[in-house]
Amino acid sequence: MSTRRRRRPRIGCLSLIAIVGAALLLALAVLLRPRSLPQPTALAVGAPAAAPRTALRSPASFMAIADPRARSIALFREAGRVIQHPRCLNCHPRTDRPTQTDAMRPHMPWVSRGAGEAVLPCATCHHDRNVEAAGVPGNPGWQLAPSEMAWQGQSLGDICRQLIDPARSHMTRAELLDHMATDDLVGWAWHPGGERTPAPGTQAQFGALIDAWLSTGAQCPA
Amino acid sequence: MPIDLSVNGRTRRVDDDAETPLLWVLRDTLGLRGTRYGCGIAQCGACTVHVDGQPVRSCTLPVGVVESAAITTIEGVAGPEVEAVRAAWTARDVPQCGFCQSGQVMSAVALLRTIPIPSDADIDLAMSGNLCRCATYNRIRAAIHDAARAGSTPA
Repeated sequence: MSTRRRRRPRIGCLSLIAIVGAALLLALAVLLRPRSLPQPTALAVGAPAAAPRTALRSPASFMAIADPRARSIALFREAGRVIQHPRCLNCHPRTDRPTQTDAMRPHMPWVSRGAGEAVLPCATCHHDRNVEAAGVPGNPGWQLAPSEMAWQGQSLGDICRQLIDPARSHMTRAELLDHMATDDLVGWAWHPGGERTPAPGTQAQFGALIDAWLSTGAQCPA
Repeated sequence: MPIDLSVNGRTRRVDDDAETPLLWVLRDTLGLRGTRYGCGIAQCGACTVHVDGQPVRSCTLPVGVVESAAITTIEGVAGPEVEAVRAAWTARDVPQCGFCQSGQVMSAVALLRTIPIPSDADIDLAMSGNLCRCATYNRIRAAIHDAARAGSTPA
């Protein structure tokens, strides 16, 4: 009986280590090869949004509108860009609690008109001017509009009808014009301090629009 | 330009810039460190002092504005409401870390001087600007009720 010896290929230990090492080096080289980093790409959007218009049109620029009623409404719509600006709406809230910032979020801390005014008045934090070091806005007349003059949640037409209703505005038309054109607290909207966005135009331009709107019959949008 | 301040009944002359927040004049110039710096933007109430009897956040109040006003800090506040608050605060063991408590006490005293028997709603409204990160709000509210009862009970 003959014995058959199986012949095995003989690979030296050193050769095996060399092969494995070479494979590892190759893998490392592949993994660490120079590659460019992902680059930021623009989101697929339509035309870039137009920057908000910060100027106000003058009353003269509405003279091309021949119909006085349509002109009056157009004038009020332009003034409405101020009236419905967050600088104005924040203090004409629909509830007893003011809002703040351009996002018109509820005022922090929690302050409230009515009973709240007695125990946590505005003057606890707001002084007679903007305090830039703390970013706290202020004015000698700092206060909320009366609840009958709530603007938040109202259409521009509803705000218009509210303004010319003395029962709610508590103002004659002459007083309304004076309030809009010269009141110092209203004027704060154009000098709000900090990083707050001012209302469009100037108070004088806004007053001119209100004056022209009243002179054309104080017509209101639907 | 020196500024004369009336602090806790004493006239104090300081030489700080008129725009310096009252808080820093009290703490750094006059050494009245019971009034705390919390946020610096009138959001937490830790810096509350009384100016002409009204609670104000001293971190947002330029010192030049209060030259002719009577300023009261936690070191100088006094009166029956203060005693009632002190006793109630102690009995209820109100403070936890204590950092906000001088502001809490100044607001509570001002509330009791405005509304001697406040409701829960009055307390919540008056104290909503005073934050406590240990959340001792329930003890604060209970202690204010205790102080109000003590103040209304004839001695």
